[in-house]
Amino acid sequence: MMLEIKDLKIGFSSESGITPALHGVSLSLERGETLAIVGESGSGKSVTALAITRLLPTPPAVYQGGEILFEGRDLLKVSDAELRRVRGGKIAYIFQEPSTSLNPVYTIRSQIAEMIELHRPDVPKSTADIDAEIIHWLDAVGINEPARRLHDYPHQLSGGMQQRVMIAMALSARPDLLIADEPTTALDVTIQAQILNKLRDLQQELGMAVLLITHNFAIIPGLAKNVAVMYRGKVVEHGNTEQILRDPQHPYTKALIACIPRLGDKRRRLQTIESIN
Amino acid sequence: MSAFIIRRLALTVVLLFIISIISFFIVTLTPGSPYPWGELNPKISAEVKANFRKKFHLDRPLPEQYAFIMHDLFTGNLRSIKDDRPVLSRIMERLPATLALNFTAILISLSFGTLLGVYAARHAGHWQDITGSFVAFLFIALPGFWISYLIAIGLVKVFGVPILGTQSYGIDFPNAAAAGLDRLWHLLIPAIVLALGGLASQSRYLRATMMESLREDYIRTARSKGLAEDVVLYKHALRNSIRPLISGIGMLLPALLGGSVVVETIFAYPGMGRLGYEAVLERDYPTLVALNFVAAALVLLGNLLSDLLYAVVDKRVRLE
Amino acid sequence: MSTLAITPGALGAVTQETPGARILRRFWGNPIARISVVIILFFALTAGGTALLGALGHHWPYDPNLTNLDQKLLPPSLQHWLGTDNLGRDVLSRMLNGATISLTVGLIAVAVSLGIGVIVGAIAGYFGGLTDQILMRSVDALICFPTFFLILTAVAILGPSLINIVVIIGLVSWTGTARLVRGEFLTIRETEFVKSARVLGQKDWKIIFRHILPNASAPIFVTAVLGIPDAILTEAGLSFLGFGVQPPQATWGNIIADSKTYLLEAWWLILFPGFAIFIASLAFYLAGDALREASNSRS
Repeated sequence: MMLEIKDLKIGFSSESGITPALHGVSLSLERGETLAIVGESGSGKSVTALAITRLLPTPPAVYQGGEILFEGRDLLKVSDAELRRVRGGKIAYIFQEPSTSLNPVYTIRSQIAEMIELHRPDVPKSTADIDAEIIHWLDAVGINEPARRLHDYPHQLSGGMQQRVMIAMALSARPDLLIADEPTTALDVTIQAQILNKLRDLQQELGMAVLLITHNFAIIPGLAKNVAVMYRGKVVEHGNTEQILRDPQHPYTKALIACIPRLGDKRRRLQTIESIN
Repeated sequence: MSAFIIRRLALTVVLLFIISIISFFIVTLTPGSPYPWGELNPKISAEVKANFRKKFHLDRPLPEQYAFIMHDLFTGNLRSIKDDRPVLSRIMERLPATLALNFTAILISLSFGTLLGVYAARHAGHWQDITGSFVAFLFIALPGFWISYLIAIGLVKVFGVPILGTQSYGIDFPNAAAAGLDRLWHLLIPAIVLALGGLASQSRYLRATMMESLREDYIRTARSKGLAEDVVLYKHALRNSIRPLISGIGMLLPALLGGSVVVETIFAYPGMGRLGYEAVLERDYPTLVALNFVAAALVLLGNLLSDLLYAVVDKRVRLE
Repeated sequence: MSTLAITPGALGAVTQETPGARILRRFWGNPIARISVVIILFFALTAGGTALLGALGHHWPYDPNLTNLDQKLLPPSLQHWLGTDNLGRDVLSRMLNGATISLTVGLIAVAVSLGIGVIVGAIAGYFGGLTDQILMRSVDALICFPTFFLILTAVAILGPSLINIVVIIGLVSWTGTARLVRGEFLTIRETEFVKSARVLGQKDWKIIFRHILPNASAPIFVTAVLGIPDAILTEAGLSFLGFGVQPPQATWGNIIADSKTYLLEAWWLILFPGFAIFIASLAFYLAGDALREASNSRS
């Protein structure tokens, strides 16, 4: 196992005490595979994603228990310096909102160069070499005329292009695991498919593992081999995507799957989920 | 960008006009002024009064008085009551020393204020932050004249270091470096005293905006890249919090120019502040009007420069 | 992020608490705030007590203006706790009287500046448009003036009486309040309850005073508290330059100013009054800051 989360418990402190967010989450992910975590907002899926490299600000977050084993080491226990080597270098992230996730006052080049300078000792430190590497990745994620985009600022790009830049930045460090937290939620539907296809192609090409966080079950088939369904801070179902789609066990999963709109389903009204206990 | 500059310049012209009117009113609209000897003094003959009224155009309606005073100010006809020299040139000869002092003070305020502000924001809510806030308010609450005196007494009495004026007189310096060091020393002490309050308010202001910036998504991105905390703070967060840092220059200047009256007086530093105090003591109204006007205009200029500087630093401003 | 963000756990637990009570509870929970309040109370009681005693024709420990050239420049002792000045006057007695002046200046100057600032800010923020432009550009222009020097100039022209000083300090220092109030008004003007009050045909002044102003009271109160030490420090500076409240009335600033020539031998003449200014200002600043923290819905 490359990543194994065991009984992770996280809460958020406020004036009136600690509100639990994760009630003992357990997950595992093999090298090179894709795992999707699906659930509604507030289910704890993003908290889980951020918790893996301790990106949740403490306070208010409180790590109350459990282990996050990455390549055999518990990331909850490693030193800050060690953690920084893992962040970006071994585990890279892309986030939901590309327009706010890129720093508005730095150029595309400067933001990607940081990643390469930090995590790619194989790339020579000269401007030309770094530029070449950045252009390679911008090209890989499907940005036209990448050399001309280097000195653009984020606000000069469209949302889809910004997310491609985020992906290029994440991949430029050649991470073992890419955590994509709702990578297409903020984008137009047509762009969503392009970005997801690009992600899948790149994953197969680079052989990295992907942890895909989404609220949308519909995008998972064909993208992720395994899926974990989260509900109210717990993993209620975890297993092979096909199998869960065919034979969901937990009532929440059933409801979630029932919500996927399908072509040819004209008579049915779209389903909504009421509270399930 | 050019539209931004034009808009900013137009605003500056409008403000300069309002500033000139306020300066004019300060002296003209107050009862008994601008007679240096008081309206009803019986020793002054009617002829002298009439001459005075004519010299400062007080026999004209207000708008004309305003126009004359502004005209006289720039043509050198507005002369000091004390030595009958054009007030503008009296001010200009003090300007280099004033700029040196205030520029140094701003430099100290901004650099140390930034360090303190970032430090407090980094440890927000912890004891380091609380201590930082306490130190900041300690500096703000220190009466400038008091701390100037304490420092002056300490340096003169305990260390025997001369600190008055811009340099030590009556000493033959062995070389130019020693003389330069002596001048720097004379500049640095009053500048530090002057800077304390600004340093503190700058740190409070920066702490607040840093806290905002640190909540942004791109900070999470920066951390997720494995960047060291110093890089996250000083590169990613600070650059986005730079607006108060730059506009801070415009905000610090009025306080500094005002505060330098006290500090320059105590340290016998020959800047505009001391000129102002002398003018107040001598009821030298032309000099007072001009000083207020020139100081406000300097601040306005500082604001304009800082806004332009900001437009260069943050490209998004051009789009606003 | 909106100021209305409610964490799930906080819901239900503190629903009955009014905003004011919440601010007070959080304020009082801060040890620095408690110490500051104690210092301010001590300062206020001293100032009030001395004023009351003076009005009754009594002095403690001595008459602040009683000169005694046999006892000039005495260091602190059991007879004169804080020593005597160059005319043999008791420094402690003079400082107690100075406290009255400082507190009076602080409170009245803030009242003046608050009055102007709130009215100008409210008009600019509520009516907007050209009114707003004219008022705010004037504020921008006034802010450019070197505050202390402007006050010094005005005091020098009008004459340094207590009333002139507080009015001038107030007249020059309202700009910050005006900007703040305008900002609050711009935000609150767009809220649903103000819009509905307007639709119901309520009068402008009623909307301003009944609906908007109470909702902006917390930040206004904070600036008021922070304005007090500003005024105290300004008066001390004026006194030091000889343009504060005039002798023989003692002020913290002019005790130091009068001792200029004896600085090197009579340390107590500069140390104690300066320290009083410093501590009183610090207490107000810290209390104001704690109040701001307590009323900040984010933290």
